[in-house]
Amino acid sequence: MARVLRFIPLLIFIGLGSVFYVQLDKNSQYVPSALIGKTVPEFTLVDLYSNELIRNADLPKTSYIINFWGTWCPACHIEHPFLVALAKQGVTIIGIDYKDEAVAAREWLEEKQNPYQRVLMDELGDFGLDLGVTGAPESFIVNAHGVITYRHQGVINASNWQEIKRYLNE
Amino acid sequence: MNRGLCFILVCCAFFAFQLKAEAGDWQSFSSSLHETRYQHLIEELRCPKCLNQNLADSTSGIAVDLRHQVYQMIEGDKTDQEIIDYMVARYGEFVLYRPVNNLTTYALWYGPFILLLIGGVAFFLVIKRSRSRQGRRDS
Repeated sequence: MARVLRFIPLLIFIGLGSVFYVQLDKNSQYVPSALIGKTVPEFTLVDLYSNELIRNADLPKTSYIINFWGTWCPACHIEHPFLVALAKQGVTIIGIDYKDEAVAAREWLEEKQNPYQRVLMDELGDFGLDLGVTGAPESFIVNAHGVITYRHQGVINASNWQEIKRYLNE
Repeated sequence: MNRGLCFILVCCAFFAFQLKAEAGDWQSFSSSLHETRYQHLIEELRCPKCLNQNLADSTSGIAVDLRHQVYQMIEGDKTDQEIIDYMVARYGEFVLYRPVNNLTTYALWYGPFILLLIGGVAFFLVIKRSRSRQGRRDS
């Protein structure tokens, strides 16, 4: 019995060591979203093109990406071509023009192509608040049941898309 | 007064002024109680973008928005708890600088005391055993 007890410190050391080792790789900037596993919060937003009021019921019935962007956001310029490429592959993207102006947004999409199935105006950022957005670009993956499965802060690009893609079918 | 101390005091005065200016961005409070509650809340809530700053200290866009939201909710006669619940529902418990007491944080709060207790018990057992051993040897 005493001999077994002697190994307890070593076991604790190995246990702590492996926990710390695993945590080393973790991205310390990653903040979990409070919305994972929930449905998209209630909203009423204006469509950039049709000026109609859009509500939850008008969202796609398949899986899709909600992408927050703005013409004021430098990283969104970098992200945009990749979103265009995704849209061409058949990925449904709903754009939320976050704290931006409609005229500037239309110009931007005219110039750079429009990857969005729909663009909704969130001029005051209220919908962004309801989703717990911290800035732009920021994207939420919604599965075919309308449940948010993933949140990505920052630019979606070829290297992180493989990881993000999985959540579309979750 | 030595020069270093002087410098620190000047710095303090500067930062104090900055904080005050930030708090006075847009709002005029309907009562001084509201202002006190506002100051307290923005110091207790963490900025979701900048990780190690509270809402009061951060200049990021989202912190400005959230300060405004806190202001509006206070003026809209919401209780502190309602405001905190609102933030947690959107940004998770991450936004609380004062973590809640629940099952997941239980180990963090009380783990060290439990470990200390175990250590103490082990310490006394070892002492007791070596004493009784010594006693046997002496007799």
